[in-house]
Amino acid sequence: MIKHLRSAADLDAATATLILDTAAEMAALSGREVKKLPALRGRTVVNLFYEDSTRTRISFEAAAKRLSADVINFSAKGSSVSKGESLKDTALTLQAMGADAVVIRHSASGAPHRLANWVDGSVVNAGDGTHEHPTQALLDAYTMRSRLGRLDGLKVAIVGDVLHSRVARSNVLLLTTLGAQVTLVGPPTLIPLDVAAALSEKTQVSYDLDAVLPDSDVVMMLRVQTERMQDSYFPSAREYSRRYGLDMLRMRKLPEHAIVMHPGPMNRGMEIAPEVADSPRSTIVEQVANGVSVRMAVLYLLLGGK
Amino acid sequence: MAQPRADAPSKIILAGSDLHRVVDRIAHQILEKTSGATGTVLLGIPTRGVPLAHRLAARIHAFEGVEVPVGSLDITLYRDDLRLKATRALGKTELPPGGVDGLRVILVDDVLFSGRSVRAALDALQELGRPSSVQLAVLVDRGHRQLPIRADYVGKNIPTALSESVKVALTEVDGADEVKLIGGLT
Repeated sequence: MIKHLRSAADLDAATATLILDTAAEMAALSGREVKKLPALRGRTVVNLFYEDSTRTRISFEAAAKRLSADVINFSAKGSSVSKGESLKDTALTLQAMGADAVVIRHSASGAPHRLANWVDGSVVNAGDGTHEHPTQALLDAYTMRSRLGRLDGLKVAIVGDVLHSRVARSNVLLLTTLGAQVTLVGPPTLIPLDVAAALSEKTQVSYDLDAVLPDSDVVMMLRVQTERMQDSYFPSAREYSRRYGLDMLRMRKLPEHAIVMHPGPMNRGMEIAPEVADSPRSTIVEQVANGVSVRMAVLYLLLGGK
Repeated sequence: MAQPRADAPSKIILAGSDLHRVVDRIAHQILEKTSGATGTVLLGIPTRGVPLAHRLAARIHAFEGVEVPVGSLDITLYRDDLRLKATRALGKTELPPGGVDGLRVILVDDVLFSGRSVRAALDALQELGRPSSVQLAVLVDRGHRQLPIRADYVGKNIPTALSESVKVALTEVDGADEVKLIGGLT
């Protein structure tokens, strides 16, 4: 088993499948009355969050607690970071406290890679800048597999702000490893060709959502990340929504079995219409529930053994 | 525990129909000791305890026509040596629809050795419900207990040295029915 989970590229097909299978067992255990498992008793997991997060932090916290680990939550606000402490000094403090795993979210791409040099414990990337978010990709893959029964040969359209999306990057890496065919869809300004090519040679690019939908098993809508946009990438929100937003009319173009995913948080009415988000095809709430099982699997596989 | 080398000498203790007879006897003993196996659930401990539990249930059904529910109980997350070895993959935990509350649970495993697996199984079981009683059935008891645990039903007692190991093979998992004693025979 690997020591860190910094990138979806750390996972080969066998390891990724082991994580998904373990997550399935964890999900079964979560259905029972006593949800607590003793596997990580006495281990300490630190949630180091430099960026705001609801889902991911709560999900990691719940996962670690269900495995009986001690959880320390650290958010940049209200800590010494606001007094100017560097990531390295914070890391050394955690190291001195004996953290067995550090779950880090940071606005700087590559922060988990740096952190892994400074601490002895395992490092789990919970989202770094516009780079990667591997556990999100794992829970997306898990959701697809449990809904559609397979990943190999699955046609997945990832739609929207690919340029700024760590979710998209991790998903492309993981899904292609597991044999799915990924098509990136969005305005040309948000899918630079060199980025798509660098992600994977097997990835296709399209600028026409309506052409891609009829042949997709999964459509994953990405949030338009206005907080990361310094330039204007499209003329107006309204125009973006008209061309790349998923509304009821567009959803009908999907095959009968296809599912609609969104990593959250959603801009309802922008990239996804409220009726679509709340339709039975949408797996958005399911993705959150699966997130806990997948993160339990990751923590168990990273920390459970020697 | 030191494992015998791969090329160590081995001796077959039980094979084919001998093993089937042993399973038959355990099934009879369960029927006798539980007055017809009513209110009883068989829980196999993965990997080989699970097919054994299914075989016992099938034999009990053949002898007396009683349907005994069968499930599996994975103990990986409850082991006391989790941290001493590389991470283990999880097995399946599947309870029969009726659960275990108020029922007699018979844990089924292939080999009883230190007793630590059974301790882990008791912990795991406690999280799943409250059985009225818990019993233990094993195909082989090889001795060397490290905890105060004993089996209620034993297929075969095999006196062993600590340097030896007992390997149970079952058709469902390994393609053949066989109990082998490996190492120690110089």
